[in-house]
Amino acid sequence: MTWLFEPGWWANGTVRTALLVGFIVAVTSAVVGTFTVMRGQSFAGHALTDVATAGGAGAFLAGVAPLVGFVGGGVLGAVAMDTIGVQRVKGRDIATGVVLGAAMGVAALFLFLSARTSSATGTTQLVLFGSIFTVSPSTLPDVAWMSAAVLVTLAVVARPLLLSSLSVELAAARGVRLRVVGVVFIVVLAVAVGMSAIVIGAILSTALLIGPPASALRVARRVGTSVALAAGLGVLATGIGVLFAYDSYYWFPSHRGLPVSFFVVAVIVAEYVVASVARRRTRSTLVAAIEPEGWT
Amino acid sequence: MSVHDTTGPLLEARGVNVSVDGRDILRDVNFSINHGEFTGLIGSNGAGKTTLFRVILGIQEHAVGEVLVHGEPLARANRSLGYVPQKVLFDPDLPIRARDLVALGADGHRYGLRRRPRALHEAVEEMLDAVDASAFADRRVGGLSGGEQQRVLIAHSLISRPELLLLDEPLANLDPGSVQEIIALLHRVSKRQRVAILLSAHEMNPLLPVMDRIVYVANGHVASGTTDEVVRPNVLSALYGHHVDVLRVHGRVLVVATALPVGPPPSDEHPEFVVE
Ligand SMILES: Nc1ncnc2c1ncn2[C@@H]1O[C@H](COP(=O)(O)OP(=O)(O)OP(=O)(O)O)[C@@H](O)[C@H]1O
Ligand SMILES: [Mg+2]
Repeated sequence: MTWLFEPGWWANGTVRTALLVGFIVAVTSAVVGTFTVMRGQSFAGHALTDVATAGGAGAFLAGVAPLVGFVGGGVLGAVAMDTIGVQRVKGRDIATGVVLGAAMGVAALFLFLSARTSSATGTTQLVLFGSIFTVSPSTLPDVAWMSAAVLVTLAVVARPLLLSSLSVELAAARGVRLRVVGVVFIVVLAVAVGMSAIVIGAILSTALLIGPPASALRVARRVGTSVALAAGLGVLATGIGVLFAYDSYYWFPSHRGLPVSFFVVAVIVAEYVVASVARRRTRSTLVAAIEPEGWT
Repeated sequence: MSVHDTTGPLLEARGVNVSVDGRDILRDVNFSINHGEFTGLIGSNGAGKTTLFRVILGIQEHAVGEVLVHGEPLARANRSLGYVPQKVLFDPDLPIRARDLVALGADGHRYGLRRRPRALHEAVEEMLDAVDASAFADRRVGGLSGGEQQRVLIAHSLISRPELLLLDEPLANLDPGSVQEIIALLHRVSKRQRVAILLSAHEMNPLLPVMDRIVYVANGHVASGTTDEVVRPNVLSALYGHHVDVLRVHGRVLVVATALPVGPPPSDEHPEFVVE
């Protein structure tokens, strides 16, 4: 196995922080992403990454912690979308599009300004494509509590959220407060997306949010299984991504490693292909094996 | 289970008006529904059946008037009402089995992820059995046929033990055999669980054997009573605002418009016209 784990892998503090943060973000993204895909809000999820980009770029410009920028930007975007009308199915795409457009403009401006004013020429690279190896260990507690807050909030609204994803009319008839549940979800989504923007960058965090849940939803028959499977797939992709990015440093004589986000996304795509094939071929046996009685 | 008195009507609509963008959809609608009875809500496309259901549920905008359940104004999402909407399109990719949907009928509005008690699992089995859905209980609900989904939806709305089940066109898109099966099933459930049913349809004929009362909607107005009281030429002509004939052939009822417009008959000539 030494060929796989290059020298220094196990002792490297940067790697350890990267893996820990990466796993937390992967699990959070998978859980939130499952509901995002079920509610058909992938577009909103993607737009929020762009809003997070603007926030992240703003944070670099202002010298604030990037996490604050990413998450703060995302939440502001979520509130904007809700105000414009994300809760109406028809208004959703419009609201999302409006916010998306505005965010990209702001992001472009911030990135342009920070490229001019700061000596850190890598800001654009960092904001858009991620910086998991530059995450400082002090960020870890922040990521951990945000993730905990996201997961607890989702657990609280899980059933109303599920019922309203199935049918808004059934949910309304049961007394679900659609507006409340919708707002809570989009804010949770914004926080999750902001967190994952830190890891694989704003552009590719959509992949971590949507990819593993989309694969899991292809094979699972129950929501619980789907969430667990998506979390597993996300952790796997992140782990492999970090490992290969670290290894790739030794692959070329120039000692220039390839970006983590490339590997993470490559694994996510591979997982999706496998899941699609598995759905067609061994659906019943596979499902029977991974779904014990009593799951919800 | 109910602590309310069961002597008065279960549900009473008084002076309900709905107008959207200056257009009257329902005008001065009055009717009542009794405990355990099977009521047919009959009207053609656009008559206002779905709107009336939404008024009863308290989710229709621009509605004025009163809807009383047990003589009291309706609380939001009243537990005594079960509802199966007209068109429910389930995404076949959602990992939700028929039995999960039934369980969500009991706790889908609850916050938190408490483990479902054994009693709930038993109730789910019982409901699935009552609507003959046990055979496909473990399949994704989005992958079921229209008739199968209809059964699961009925179980979903029955599990909270409502006193009144509102079914918006559950018979649309079903073949005649399935129509008979669903009607028989509803009749059985309604008698066994003592739940009143308000079911909307364009066509009253399949319902004639089971219907205790009829609420007929046309032209924004409503006439209600027993089938014999309502399905009469004078009552329906007054309702439609033009002359219609009611033909009874081979146990079927046909409401036909007279070819020549004869003008709206003044309602005082028709004392049987009960807008009640
Ligand atoms: N949100 C709305 N805005 C404007 N008009 C509406 C709205 N909802 C319903 N209507 C109108 O109200 C009338 C009654 O509609 P409703 O859906 O209640 O009819 P229905 O009896 O259920 O018809 P169907 O048999 O086709 O289901 C129709 O003319 C419809 O166009
Ligand atoms: Mg309708």
